[in-house]
Amino acid sequence: MTGESVPLSPSSARRIAAMVLRYWYLLRTSWPRLIELVYWPMVQMVMWGFLQLHLADNVGLAARLGGAFIGAMLLWDILLRGQIGFSISFLEEMWARNIGNLMMSPLRPAEFITALMVMSIIRLAIGFVPVTIFAIMFFGFNVWHLGLALAVFFANLILTSWALGMFVCGLVLRNGLGAENLVWSLTFVLLPLACVYYPVSALPDWLQYVAWALPPTYVFEGMREILLNAVFRGDLMVQALVLNAVYFAFGAFAYLRMLTAARHRGSLLQVGE
Amino acid sequence: MDTPAFNAIEVRELVKNYGDLRAVDNVSFAIPRGSVTAILGGNGAGKTTTIALIMGLVLPTSGAISVLGRDMLTERYSVLARMNFESPYVDMPHRLSVRQNLRVFGMLYGVTGLDRRIDDLAAMLDLNALLDRETGQLSAGQKTRVALAKALINAPEILLLDEPTASLDPDTADWIRSHLERYARERGATILLASHNMPEVERLCEDVIMMKAGRIVDRGAPQALIARYGRANLEEVFLDVARGRGHAAGDEAEAEARP
Repeated sequence: MTGESVPLSPSSARRIAAMVLRYWYLLRTSWPRLIELVYWPMVQMVMWGFLQLHLADNVGLAARLGGAFIGAMLLWDILLRGQIGFSISFLEEMWARNIGNLMMSPLRPAEFITALMVMSIIRLAIGFVPVTIFAIMFFGFNVWHLGLALAVFFANLILTSWALGMFVCGLVLRNGLGAENLVWSLTFVLLPLACVYYPVSALPDWLQYVAWALPPTYVFEGMREILLNAVFRGDLMVQALVLNAVYFAFGAFAYLRMLTAARHRGSLLQVGE
Repeated sequence: MDTPAFNAIEVRELVKNYGDLRAVDNVSFAIPRGSVTAILGGNGAGKTTTIALIMGLVLPTSGAISVLGRDMLTERYSVLARMNFESPYVDMPHRLSVRQNLRVFGMLYGVTGLDRRIDDLAAMLDLNALLDRETGQLSAGQKTRVALAKALINAPEILLLDEPTASLDPDTADWIRSHLERYARERGATILLASHNMPEVERLCEDVIMMKAGRIVDRGAPQALIARYGRANLEEVFLDVARGRGHAAGDEAEAEARP
């Protein structure tokens, strides 16, 4: 027992607000950080938008895609940017050598993680909203028309991104900034496996089992069902939610275990590579 | 349960191993409330690890630590708001202004009347001209004053300081010591500091724990240690201990160090 898994207390909201304020102070005064939030999503969206226009003009089947490429790109960005937004706020503490101050303050791990989640949503909103507006203006694709389905897709993808974020932040805590590259690359392992741009049936049989073990696969399949067949698959979303609960619990468990390991190893005293 | 009769800090049979290296070796001591105590020792003596163990930043291999009557392995969150620390091993976010940093830490520590507290600390530590500057743009001495303001933001009952005046010029270091003296006197706070600076320890501390290779090798008031070793000042005592010559503390010191 190390006292790390203490539940949230009535003072938790104030401490979570303190951490969100800390990241907001940083974000609002740093134009490179703000531009970075919009830059890659915009580049991706433009590329996939033009590809979809090209296919629609030249391939009969692709004409029926109904914005599936842009939709997939936007949803993929929720997953990727959600995880990076979570992890980069954490990395700010490592880069600033501030993690020791936080770990020796009354801030509980659950509060720290909650603040990172809030920041991932704020960072995502700053990047996502302008890009969706751009998609409407230039490619005629309105992701907001998905309505309630978009909210369910978002909830599932952001839960996966937080689970991955907790896991990778735990690795950085335990192993130092030498593990930082995983922050940028871990989520990409899902890109081929979660079938972002093609259906699960395109995979070899044995790999389909792997794909169906990943919550985002259900979201991208669900998105194609809506865009191509106008059917909302609630069953897929429920299965994704159940899997996400497992992934989230595992991410939180891994973070706490690796925090404890870092305290055993004394690595919180020697933040660096 | 914690009453004024309790020691502020109690460490019992503390051991910390890093692989094959024993950084802290069966250390026991008690720090009375309201006292100013130093942990002295050369590089690798175990000072920083001992302080990090007390704060909970590092977990012990074995042994027990209680602060304000609470077990730091299982109840640390019930006392962390009543403690604070300063260390050269941590920084504050560089891109935030001094005021923003103090506001964030004040909220983390649950300080009420935070604006007033920041103003008071700014006046006390001569930070008024720095409050709206980015922390990363400050000189080493200015950063140390800001770090001290952060360490005092919650008016802690226990203040842990790891080399609080390291890398400061003599004038700034003296200035910091004056404020620590004043804080300890006015607040009745318990201060535990690790230092290499012997004049600092002689001036600030009424009790000195001397460590070498992870063990406590002697303990006493600065003047008592100087007299016991037959030396002119604490620096000479430190050199005797570091080089293993002169008075062997033996059982007498171990008995004294026992809580």
